[in-house]
Amino acid sequence: MNRTSAPPVVIEVNDLVTHYGPRQILNGVSVDIVEGEIMVIMGGSGSGKSTLLRHLMALQRPTSGTIRILGQDVWRLPAKKLFELRKKLGVTFQGGALFSSMTVGENIMLPLFEHTKLDRKTMEIMARMKLEVVDLAGFEDLMPSELSGGMIKRAAVARAVVMDPRILFFDEPSAGLDPVVSSQLDDLILRLRDAMGMTICVVTHELESVFKIADRVTVLDRGDILFVGTVQELRDHPGERIQNLLNRRSEEAEIDADEYLRRLTGDKEEAEGMPR
Amino acid sequence: MSESPKQNATVRFFDRVGRSSVAGLEEMGRHGVLMAESLYWLVYGPGMSQPVRLGAVFAEMMEVGVRAIPIIAMMAAAIGAMLAIQGIYSLKVFGAEGQVVYGVAFSMVREFGPLITGILVAGRSGSALSARLGTMKINQELDALEVMGINPVRFLVVPSILATVIMVPALAFMSMVLGLYAAALYVNVALGISLAAFLDQVVAVLSVGDVLHGVGKSALFGLLIALIGVLNGFMVSGGAEGVGKATTRSVVQCISAIVVTDMLFALLATL
Repeated sequence: MNRTSAPPVVIEVNDLVTHYGPRQILNGVSVDIVEGEIMVIMGGSGSGKSTLLRHLMALQRPTSGTIRILGQDVWRLPAKKLFELRKKLGVTFQGGALFSSMTVGENIMLPLFEHTKLDRKTMEIMARMKLEVVDLAGFEDLMPSELSGGMIKRAAVARAVVMDPRILFFDEPSAGLDPVVSSQLDDLILRLRDAMGMTICVVTHELESVFKIADRVTVLDRGDILFVGTVQELRDHPGERIQNLLNRRSEEAEIDADEYLRRLTGDKEEAEGMPR
Repeated sequence: MSESPKQNATVRFFDRVGRSSVAGLEEMGRHGVLMAESLYWLVYGPGMSQPVRLGAVFAEMMEVGVRAIPIIAMMAAAIGAMLAIQGIYSLKVFGAEGQVVYGVAFSMVREFGPLITGILVAGRSGSALSARLGTMKINQELDALEVMGINPVRFLVVPSILATVIMVPALAFMSMVLGLYAAALYVNVALGISLAAFLDQVVAVLSVGDVLHGVGKSALFGLLIALIGVLNGFMVSGGAEGVGKATTRSVVQCISAIVVTDMLFALLATL
């Protein structure tokens, strides 16, 4: 992507530290996402990428650090402003998270129903339009349980974009899908960015999709940022860990005799920093 | 703390007692917060263009209340008849079978009507509420709501609370009437007291206060069922097994809460 004109930053994460209980998950992460780009956050399991995503969506309060979305510090906003802000975000969760008690159409209409005063006919038309975008025309009366995994994901995309959000998040879009379907989903992501001009943030560990869709990549490793840059920079990166990740080499755990002994003897206090 | 394996049993015992007391208190605190939050959305939601949908409340009332009518009717009738049978049996000792109406009327209206309704609704709806919310949490549907700018408490919890608080007293009233009717039928057969005479006696025996005692208590039961059901659902973690555990926990807690509250209510109301 051509970034010479420096488009505005839409998400600004500064020195983010988070914990689950006593365990520190993110150790001071800072990252910017600029308007109109597809930013992919990648990393092995346990690297903290899903946690970072939850923070980017303002679902979880950090221990310290700030998150600014569209110029607003999300945890300093009054509740009402946060609601307004959330209407500008769309999310496709890993399992789709469609409401199982509603039809596909009702799922897609829910944000419209809750946030707008449109009449039902208009909402139905808008829902059908979004279903067309994700190639699911005619499926609005089915229940989510009657759809396949790939269709559920696409329906979830339709729901996420029904309010025409400024920023769209994807959590592991290719998880549990076969390569063909997941490649279709990648095409859909590219199409959404090009057609609607959204900023898109994708969390994934699928290298193929990373190379296909990403403008820039953030690599997380054990709660730290290892790399932020374009796909080309990622490919050319000399760092060993990055190359390991790209070439799918498993990393040899550094052997620390003391640490190993402590883990075996089960001394919890000391083993806190063990690799996850 | 787990540092020293030699720590003596007494310390460990008190450690455990302390921890579970704190956990219990914490949970009670959560109930309070949930109730406050629900009230907040009920009152301030419309001003924030996040109103509680009447449609959702009615749908819940249908599920919690109307669909429970057959089973509650059957149970209430059985309890009413049982009270009459036992009443006549025990009063026979004094040769005072005719006085059976006193016992049946008081116990059905003040005690058994609300109690059986509360327990059945807890089993039907308290557990269902936990299972539903727990599954939604695991499927990230609650997160999805939150991200869409739809508060889950406003959208899912308040309708359930309103539904149980309205429907449990209504069902309790129904079970009082049906229980008394079933008792009347039995008394009619066993002692030859006519239905009209039975009704006459019931009206003479009971005061409005007795009925209010039963109905008021049921409203409280309704609130407890919804709060416990919802909170157990929200606290689910760990997949399908977690949902199962939450459901069981929810029923056990609901019924215990109902029985204890019933006793306290009776104590305070008769002081």
